[in-house]
Amino acid sequence: MQLSMWTYEGPPHVGAMRIAASMEEVHFVLHAPQGDTYADLLFTMIERRKSRPPVTYTTFQARDLGGSTADVFKSACQDAVERFKPAALLVGASCTAELLQDDPAGLTRALAPGVPVVPLDLPSYQKKETWGAAETFYRLVRAFAGGRTRPQDIAPNSCNILGPTALGFRNRDDVREVSKLLEANGLDVRVVAPLGARPADLARLPEAAFNIVLYPEIAETAARWLEKTHGMPCLTSVPIGVAATRRFIADARALAGLPEAPVRGADEDRLTWYSRSVDSTYLTGKRVFIFGDATHALAAARIASDELGFKVCGLGTYMREFARDVRAAARDYGVEPLISDDHLEVEDAIIEARPELVLGTQMERHIAKRLRVPCAVISAPVHVQDFPARYSPQMGFEGANVIFDSWVHPLMMGLEEHLLSMFRDDFEFNDAVGASHLTANTPVATEATREATAAVVLADRLWTSDAEQELKKVPFFVRGKARRNTEHFAAENGIHPITVETLYDAKAHFAR
Amino acid sequence: MTRPFTAGCASPPTIRQRGQHEVFCGLTSIIWLHRKIQDAFFLIVGSRTCAHLMQSAAGVMIFSEPRFATAIMEERDLAGMADMHDELDRVVDKLLARRPDIKMLVLVGSCPSEVIKFDLPKAAERLNRQHAPGLRVMSYSGSGIETTFTQGEDNFLAALIGEAPSAGSEDEAARLVIAGCLPEVVEDQFSRLLRDLGIPGVHFLPARSSSATPAIGPQTKFILAQPWLGAATAALEARGATRIDTIFPLGEQGTTAWLGAIATAFDVTEARFEEVTQAPRQRARAALRHYRPWLEGRRIFLFPDSQLEPSLARFLVNETGAEIVEVGSPYLHRDLSAGEIAMLPPGVPISEGQDVDMQIDRCRAAEPDLIVCGMGLANPFEAEGRLSKWSIEFVFSPIQGYEQTGDLAELFARPLRRSAMLTQGLAGGEGVSCN
Ligand code: SF4
Repeated sequence: MQLSMWTYEGPPHVGAMRIAASMEEVHFVLHAPQGDTYADLLFTMIERRKSRPPVTYTTFQARDLGGSTADVFKSACQDAVERFKPAALLVGASCTAELLQDDPAGLTRALAPGVPVVPLDLPSYQKKETWGAAETFYRLVRAFAGGRTRPQDIAPNSCNILGPTALGFRNRDDVREVSKLLEANGLDVRVVAPLGARPADLARLPEAAFNIVLYPEIAETAARWLEKTHGMPCLTSVPIGVAATRRFIADARALAGLPEAPVRGADEDRLTWYSRSVDSTYLTGKRVFIFGDATHALAAARIASDELGFKVCGLGTYMREFARDVRAAARDYGVEPLISDDHLEVEDAIIEARPELVLGTQMERHIAKRLRVPCAVISAPVHVQDFPARYSPQMGFEGANVIFDSWVHPLMMGLEEHLLSMFRDDFEFNDAVGASHLTANTPVATEATREATAAVVLADRLWTSDAEQELKKVPFFVRGKARRNTEHFAAENGIHPITVETLYDAKAHFAR
Repeated sequence: MTRPFTAGCASPPTIRQRGQHEVFCGLTSIIWLHRKIQDAFFLIVGSRTCAHLMQSAAGVMIFSEPRFATAIMEERDLAGMADMHDELDRVVDKLLARRPDIKMLVLVGSCPSEVIKFDLPKAAERLNRQHAPGLRVMSYSGSGIETTFTQGEDNFLAALIGEAPSAGSEDEAARLVIAGCLPEVVEDQFSRLLRDLGIPGVHFLPARSSSATPAIGPQTKFILAQPWLGAATAALEARGATRIDTIFPLGEQGTTAWLGAIATAFDVTEARFEEVTQAPRQRARAALRHYRPWLEGRRIFLFPDSQLEPSLARFLVNETGAEIVEVGSPYLHRDLSAGEIAMLPPGVPISEGQDVDMQIDRCRAAEPDLIVCGMGLANPFEAEGRLSKWSIEFVFSPIQGYEQTGDLAELFARPLRRSAMLTQGLAGGEGVSCN
């Protein structure tokens, strides 16, 4: 049993729903109680999807438990096939139905619905959402590309893009950006799946020369199977960041047998110049804490450290399945990897790491807000704000531009930072007011901040009042860090109480 | 004056279809219960789905640390490798270490815990023994196989009433219990009105703190503030309390009938009642006048959600002049909502339970002006060019009482006003030219 207040991932059947909702002509009959229908709102509200996700829930009740839940499933399944006339029918069970052991697969076979049926085995008490999505995509690919033979003649530059899904972080725009880049660089994108694909498109997958695994968490299982069964190579480098995008294009061209050439589209890269421009020097060595799904966390660490000159002070993922790469990367950055799906543990790690910027999921956004540390969201689980009206990919050169803006804007600008520390008593231009360009991103005093302030008052006895006054002169966005550093330093050196001297000793000690 | 209220006997046709329900389960009540009772913590014993439901349904609304959590059952619990009761104790210890301020722990049963017949009352009893007297532990079921949405609150209140202290003497028992969560601003207004009517010993259930549950006995009269309280009603009656039967305090009419029923039960004179309610009644009517032009003659379709639907329909028809195309409710407590249903025009179709696909077909065919429905259905309707209102807002907003009557009408009018604004605004630009 696991105590959980917020979760990074839903149950595996939500992953299956994401695949069904990504595709056309697919319908999913889910054996589940009525409350599980909440999952529809993930799509219609968070993503503002214009139609209901293609899912029929059997909504059995306690009175059906005596033995008729199987009948409830059968009639729901029959009605769904008649009403929606899908080209592929997914059937599965949610956590409650799994305990009933009604065997949706067997019941559906017995119904002989006249459409291809793909039964799903979604162990709710072991696995989670992303696994469920990967498994469902793999089952569908297997079902529709399984009996196919590879054509003799395959254009070497033809490729498929695998992995984008409904409720994926910026997947909608990534697909557009990456397809455009690939086409501009001589590649021919055939099928994009699951997002926007029909079952018939999955049958065409083996007709391309190779697969691009844009989101390994979703598509790796299917891509490995295509590799094994049809001998299709796959490209697994992920084009997030300028260098990674260049490498991605080079790798794709190499797989396609195309000669080395300057990357087309690179003229859209503004990150490189913006990062080199003099006002970005204040970004140097800013401590960033990074947490998310493995792919986005790894990419964020690379960009933060190589392209923006930040210092990675924490790196982790909630996806145990992909922990290995994150562990290896964390070693390279000299930090302890954090592999956890317990957001309380993540919160502790963030406090411990004393970051100046948090790059995480919506969960870390809440944590950062409480700690009054600037934050940008880099990964699912998603929120309605992660589906902006404007075009804002994460991948490709335009993605890198978007990343520059969304990570740097929450931070204090260089000169502003200096001015604030020079004139901290100005009644309007002070740290409590916050910086003029920070409106949406300025952490506002919430209930939680007030609680935090209350805690600070208790801790005050550690400090002499002079030192406390001096501490107030430190700009608010680093004040928490200065306080923690100083207390840390004082504790380690057995200093009590903390004086102005201690404050500056600690400052010298932690100087970078 | 419309005081003592008597229900008619005409029973309009009820549509009953067995198909997919599109409603939340009872766990969802925790979203407001955990905010209401400030020293209570709700621990769901369930699955990752339950945790995800709570986060998805509440995630858009809650920004500070919630006073609820899920003990997620895992493979090893089900396989019997771990004793579930030991596991639960461990989880509770972990929780209490983090939240030592909790005075009442509420274990909430879910579909999976019920299907495996995990004995929550027994667990509550054991934990109670372990943690008394600093912590009270109780349990109820919010599972989706037993309850929809607001029925979770019903089961919780029934459990709370079961635990309520019994009156040692006549004086100790509450004179009037108002059952059903109300927004605090509404509670405060009702308290003032009841004080001015001279009614003593008024208690709201649930109270804002877990230790404030009143003693209940044969001296207690109670009135429901929400229509979903069938089990709570039975629990109160089992303790000898008597129910004041009336409609619910929505709109000027509903509020007057509701307060009037209390006044009658406590022998308040007509003159006093007039004096106390006259001004707020006039305010309510004045506020309504702003929105009536938007709602009069509009055809409204209500999907089942919270069981408030019959009361909302009655308000819309009688106080705003709207027409009702269909009123759905996930469940109808026949006796508790008889008064509401009797006040609907004859022939308004009422549906209980749901086949969501067929209901959507009916709704589309009827082409209503406004659709009140759940969050999963609203945007798809909007994308078809129809106007919708989230039904959950009526559960989360202060809508009861005189001072909120205008707000209640405004909630219905807003989509219509907005649509009118956007139809003008977004279509604009064509007429502008620079020559
Ligand atoms: S319907 Fe049942 S399984 Fe689903 S969230 Fe509600 S209690 Fe949990």
